[in-house]
Amino acid sequence: MKVLVAVKRVVDYNVKVRVKSDNSGVDIANVKMSMNPFDEIAVEEAVRLKEKGVVTEVIAVSCGVAQCQETLRTAMAIGADRGILVETAEELQPLAVAKLLKALVDKEQPGLVILGKQAIDDDCNQTGQMLAALADMPQATFASKVELTADKASVTREVDGGLETLSISLPAVITTDLRLNEPRYVTLPNIMKAKKKQLDTFKPEDLGVDVAPRIKTLKVVEPAKRSAGIKVPDVATLVDKLKNVAKVI
Amino acid sequence: MTSLVIAEHDNASIKGATLNTVTAAAAIGADVHVLVAGHNAGAAAAAAAQIAGVSKVIHADGASLEAGLAENVAAQVLAIAGNYTHILFPATANGKNLAPRVAAKLDVGQISDITKVDSPDTFERPIYAGNAIATVQSADAVKVITVRTTGFDAAAATGGAAAVETAGAAADSGKSSFVGREVTKSDRPELTAAKIIVSGGRALGSSEKFNEVMTPLADKLGAAIGASRAAVDAGYAANDLQVGQTGKIVAPQLYVACGISGAIQHLAGMKDSKVIVAINKDPEAPIFSVADFGLEADLFTAVPELVAAL
Repeated sequence: MKVLVAVKRVVDYNVKVRVKSDNSGVDIANVKMSMNPFDEIAVEEAVRLKEKGVVTEVIAVSCGVAQCQETLRTAMAIGADRGILVETAEELQPLAVAKLLKALVDKEQPGLVILGKQAIDDDCNQTGQMLAALADMPQATFASKVELTADKASVTREVDGGLETLSISLPAVITTDLRLNEPRYVTLPNIMKAKKKQLDTFKPEDLGVDVAPRIKTLKVVEPAKRSAGIKVPDVATLVDKLKNVAKVI
Repeated sequence: MTSLVIAEHDNASIKGATLNTVTAAAAIGADVHVLVAGHNAGAAAAAAAQIAGVSKVIHADGASLEAGLAENVAAQVLAIAGNYTHILFPATANGKNLAPRVAAKLDVGQISDITKVDSPDTFERPIYAGNAIATVQSADAVKVITVRTTGFDAAAATGGAAAVETAGAAADSGKSSFVGREVTKSDRPELTAAKIIVSGGRALGSSEKFNEVMTPLADKLGAAIGASRAAVDAGYAANDLQVGQTGKIVAPQLYVACGISGAIQHLAGMKDSKVIVAINKDPEAPIFSVADFGLEADLFTAVPELVAAL
């Protein structure tokens, strides 16, 4: 069974982004970029499924600018067998990415598609579910445990108030939550090996997908600042402040 | 122009997140209808009809809708979507699971996690863990939206008198089935609805210590318990207690952060709280930069002292 894994190149999670002074967006020039952490978990899961013998090939896909190649190389260093870049300089919104992935699903016929539940830049949490809808596949989002057989997946999901387990028939879409696994550190030999793996590039036009954005960003501003309050010397003062100043207890 | 709110419910009652979503829908300015899709969910539909500002409730009932499977509930929403200009879901685990499925089938973009309605086609939403607020405008005919519940007040749960209309239940997709649910049993208020939250971080050191230190404080304050990602990853607290960018977004009246350093991802989940208290022995901890009251102390002595003083 083939598994397709989608990976997004995003601003590294340790970077605190700044809003541009003209309010047109956030400044990502000269900022460290990395693979979206949830996607790293998705790649790790796919590779583990391959190591268990239930999956035969792991294909990493990224959509975006040419530098997404680096993200794909990272995925291949974790253990993906080959990579596909859908290259475009256009702004890609989740619906467009889902359509691109749908076209690749038609081409590659994977038994399973694994994606991160959300990208930490736009915080949308949409692409996996959209792909499932477009490809008419069942979905199991926010996965914390995946067990795979030839034609079914049993997936434990993190939901409000606890956990829920679903059984979905394959092909299907799974999106990862934080506790699904802990991605391995990539080793230098594997980084070197990844450089030799196959990487194909398409344009959205090659896949017949219109990626025009549907949602226009009018402006981006800094959130209202929360000013630091005061330090209190002891517990008694804290209780007094909460009771008599903030009046919250 | 009419808006449809997809109710969050457990078949017996309506969950609080629905009320905030109704407020967001009302801010758009159109009539507000509510869909209750469930099984034996008459009580939930009746409760939805009581919500102030709702003009109609559509109650779809069938076994295919009992477990809230995304495939079936999305089909249910799509069956009536043609009547609406706006379809709103609470940004809960359920709502986030469903909404994109509906949007994709309608071939429209989705606007996630809105915190403000500027006009019927323009909304504000946080991006980059809340480090920036984007104002976005949708050109699509139907707006599919998830609503960050902390961004909107709850609509009154009573006072309305909407008509309840029944709709046929969507067929089962046959592609997914519900196996089981492990619900964390707790007498405490729900994290996202709590007025007071006490939250513990990695400094607690173990699951035993987490319970030993945090539980008495929560009991004393009648608070919900939350945790930082570090504490959840280390196994000190359950997954669904995680507060932060990718966990629960909360905005209680009082948030007490104990032994939490305050990574930006954590702050993204709690910085809209009315009053923030930080107890941390590291004077440089970033949590102090958002705290109204900071206590620089070892939580293992300060928290029990606080419990005794309350």
